[in-house]
Amino acid sequence: MNTTIVAAASASNHSLLIPEIPDLFWGTVGFVVVLLVFIFVALPRLNAVLDARSKAIEGRIDEAKHAREEAEAVLERYQQQLAEARTEAGRIREAAREDAKRIRAELVEAAQAEAARVVAQARTQIESERDSAVQSLRAEVGSLALDLASAVVTEHLATDANAKAFVDRFLEDLQIEHASEGRVQ
Amino acid sequence: MSADGGGFVAPTIDQFFPGAILFAGTPFAMNRIMIARMLAVLVLVVWLWLGTRRMTVVPGRFQVSVEFLLGFVRNNIAIETLGEKDGKRFLPVIMTMFFLVFATNITGAIPPMLIQGSSLIGLPLVLAVIAWALFIYAGFRKLGWTYLKNALFLPGVPKVLYILLTPLEILSTFIVRPVTLTLRLLMNMVSGHLLLALVYSASSFFLFTLLPAGNFLGLIGVGTVAFGLVYLAFEIFVAALQAYVFAFLTAIYIQLATAEEH
Repeated sequence: MNTTIVAAASASNHSLLIPEIPDLFWGTVGFVVVLLVFIFVALPRLNAVLDARSKAIEGRIDEAKHAREEAEAVLERYQQQLAEARTEAGRIREAAREDAKRIRAELVEAAQAEAARVVAQARTQIESERDSAVQSLRAEVGSLALDLASAVVTEHLATDANAKAFVDRFLEDLQIEHASEGRVQ
Repeated sequence: MSADGGGFVAPTIDQFFPGAILFAGTPFAMNRIMIARMLAVLVLVVWLWLGTRRMTVVPGRFQVSVEFLLGFVRNNIAIETLGEKDGKRFLPVIMTMFFLVFATNITGAIPPMLIQGSSLIGLPLVLAVIAWALFIYAGFRKLGWTYLKNALFLPGVPKVLYILLTPLEILSTFIVRPVTLTLRLLMNMVSGHLLLALVYSASSFFLFTLLPAGNFLGLIGVGTVAFGLVYLAFEIFVAALQAYVFAFLTAIYIQLATAEEH
């Protein structure tokens, strides 16, 4: 092929290796036109869209990052609130337990006091009733015994002084006897 | 190469010097090749104009294909070789190299032109000179006179050897590079066109001259047509390959000129 070209080139009055003016002219024009189109049209447009695309991607990444940070903050806040609520609940439960304990102790105390009061009152009442019974019994027994004694020994016990001393002695004996009997019962 | 008799005429070098069609006799005379070249430029400009007219962040099909090709040169040739900053600075020229060379190469495979707009030395030479000027400019711009020192006096070599090495460096850097850039492209296109033209004219001769005359050797034409189709596909591949090589070497030369160390 090369020999053909060289042979043909030597036969022709043109040469493949020597440029002619129109060839150089149109070569230069072609280059300049395409270069200008690239510089002023194609590349600015291409760069604009590439920039816009990378900006859009960056924006979306930023957005996602922002959203994630926000979500993390919210989560943290919720967890903190949850922890606070748990602590609060524990505190309330503890307080309620304390209250219950205290109320129970108070109730027991009050009940005990009431019981003691009732018992004491009952005892006092019994005491006083017994005293009044003893009193009335003593008076009744005294008059009864006097009646009986005057009826039996009218003559022998004429003087009041003797009679009264006798009756008193009799009643004291009776009382002692009665008291020991009551204790035995 | 040429067959004797039978009216078969093999294509010759005169294929590349057809008569002027427009502006004959002026410095802008246009022959078939110039017309093919300028048609290629026109189509390229229209393609670039339409392809980048309404670019959107979310691209359509046409935009994807345009962006793919532009992006290939931008990323895989310019930026990958020269880095982000220098790659963008020299991108217009490298883009022009690639697409202009490809567009003028591919006309050789497209009827009715069937000749490469780059098959005359003018265009390859202009482009090679621009590449040559550009890498020298890039070297001086980046390093000042250090660029010449780096280019001509290889560091780490005994000084005596400079007598031998410096002329070789001058030759290889400043003369061989533009010459090989020119000739590689030119001769690929010239030989590609000659071979295709030979195959076409041979097919025509076999099928339309020999066969109607009752000569069954004309059936060879079927084989030459088949070969022609395969070779056409190969030429399209070469068109793209040479465009890539031209643009890539331009980028490499700039990169070598701006490198701090050899």
